[in-house]
Amino acid sequence: MIHASFKGRIGGFVLDAEFEALGHGVTALFGPSGCGKTTVLRCMAGLTRLPDGQLTVGAKTWQAGRKFTPIHRRAVGYVFQEASLFAHLSVRDNLCYGLKRAKGPLRVGEEEVVSLLGIAPLFERPTATLSGGERQRVAIGRALLSQPELLLMDEPLSALDRLSREEILPYLERLHARLEMPVILVSHDMTEVERLADRLVLMERGRVRAEGPLAPMLADPDLPLIHRPDLASVLEGEVVAVDDAYGLSQIAVPGGVIVVPGRLGPAGARRRMRIPAADVSLGRNPPSDTTILNALPATILSAEPEPNGSPLITVRLKLGRETGGALLLARISRKSWDSLGFAPGEPIVARLKATSLSHPSTSMETAPDWQEDDDVRD
Amino acid sequence: MDWASLYDPAMLQTLALTLKLAGVTTVVLLIIGTPLAWWLAQPGGLSKDVVGTVVSLPIVLPPTVLGFYLLIAMGPNSPLTALLGQKLSFTFAGLVVGSVVYSLPFVVNPIRNSFTAMGPRPMEVAATLRASPWDAFRTVALPLALPGISTGAILGFAHTVGEFGVVLMIGGAIPGRTKVLSVTIFDYVETLEWNKAHLLAGLMLVLSFAVILAMMLIERRLGARGGARP
Repeated sequence: MIHASFKGRIGGFVLDAEFEALGHGVTALFGPSGCGKTTVLRCMAGLTRLPDGQLTVGAKTWQAGRKFTPIHRRAVGYVFQEASLFAHLSVRDNLCYGLKRAKGPLRVGEEEVVSLLGIAPLFERPTATLSGGERQRVAIGRALLSQPELLLMDEPLSALDRLSREEILPYLERLHARLEMPVILVSHDMTEVERLADRLVLMERGRVRAEGPLAPMLADPDLPLIHRPDLASVLEGEVVAVDDAYGLSQIAVPGGVIVVPGRLGPAGARRRMRIPAADVSLGRNPPSDTTILNALPATILSAEPEPNGSPLITVRLKLGRETGGALLLARISRKSWDSLGFAPGEPIVARLKATSLSHPSTSMETAPDWQEDDDVRD
Repeated sequence: MDWASLYDPAMLQTLALTLKLAGVTTVVLLIIGTPLAWWLAQPGGLSKDVVGTVVSLPIVLPPTVLGFYLLIAMGPNSPLTALLGQKLSFTFAGLVVGSVVYSLPFVVNPIRNSFTAMGPRPMEVAATLRASPWDAFRTVALPLALPGISTGAILGFAHTVGEFGVVLMIGGAIPGRTKVLSVTIFDYVETLEWNKAHLLAGLMLVLSFAVILAMMLIERRLGARGGARP
């Protein structure tokens, strides 16, 4: 368990943020540029010192009252926005800079990191000739090899073009699946968050607006996230069957089984799906004559009209008829909602196109930032 | 021309003394100048501006003015002399002190610029990779500032070799102890020994050319290694 609390003033900016992160998995600090998320991350690393701060990571207290552990005595890995490789060192010396200085038991070995991040082909090349994506991979490996108890990532993909981003995301997802250490990921890009985060801390103007597990946060009617234009639900499930002939996989999620394109086996593997709300339609009866693959029984939880007289309405559903079903979001027209006379509590059938589903290993969705600006630093 | 008649043992003596002075001064300058440049390159208040200005003063002050104050500081009645128990004026040690002050900006400023250009990021990265401040300075900041350090060393050396006014004020021209190249050339001209002056002046010209050329080559070489890229 990680508990962080930082209060103070930096220049004209007032920070008053307190949140918790799990001892494993990825916690995303999400918010618009200038909301203070990078400052929080720097405080956690010890790069910025606010006198009124508190940070405990597991059994260790790094900051409390007057106690302040200097950066180099904290077992943190920090991935900066720009890879910041040491220009005077080779790729291998960059990679092992932290490893040589790490204390305590070896949690991650050089070989494992090299294979996880595909770094081996880069060893032969001068550091200055690596592409942006390659540099960032080395930087991530370098941070991992310093044997951190906590990995902090400050928008590690934002300085990269879209292709490099797509090149790195699968590596991050593999890290996420394979490594135990907790990760704090600062991001203002929902695509990153949807693909990587388990827990979300939503920040606004120096404060924490809300925090909690990812899926319910994304569908929380009281948070502004529900109104973002590229709204999607994130569902996690287990592969139950793979249809090799048609190239489809069945993934069991709480309350139903979803058919997804791609051979995502082996059975039992955990997969995460992103289902765009605009690709979910609602009906009362199972479809009889349609190309839609997924028609899932679901129950309407509530409906939130989009603001400013928008023609759209966002419907929150839970899969299945029982309690405990996964949350699913649909965005349909208000006209359809009214003319079909749906109401909360009503059992319906949610239809989703298999091709509209994306999952980590094949997704190539665009990454529109729902926040208006795409500033490099906040 | 009869080259043999130009040979003067004083010439070798003065050349050796000049190189020794410049060498010792450069080493002292690097030892003092590098930490000073580092300190000046860190963000800070007015005190850094004041110290930075003091360091740069020898660029604008006439050498005689600098030499005059140094002479007073090293003279028989100064606190420095009382502290050391002997006076520094008209000694080799005094020349080193004078040269260090005189050439300080030429060493500190290039190193400081290198540190500034590097920005805080490499040191932050090193700290998050468990490097203590000294470790990070030694293994990251110093190597990244190497182009500035080599420029500073070469400029400091060359500037000391070419020194005249300050040396004359605090060192006089005691052969073998404080009589350096530039002073010897001046003497030759004064005593109308034009050929000897030619020889030494030509030597200085070639030396200076070689120094600047070497500096540019080293800088290009180090620059090719990549500087501080993000």
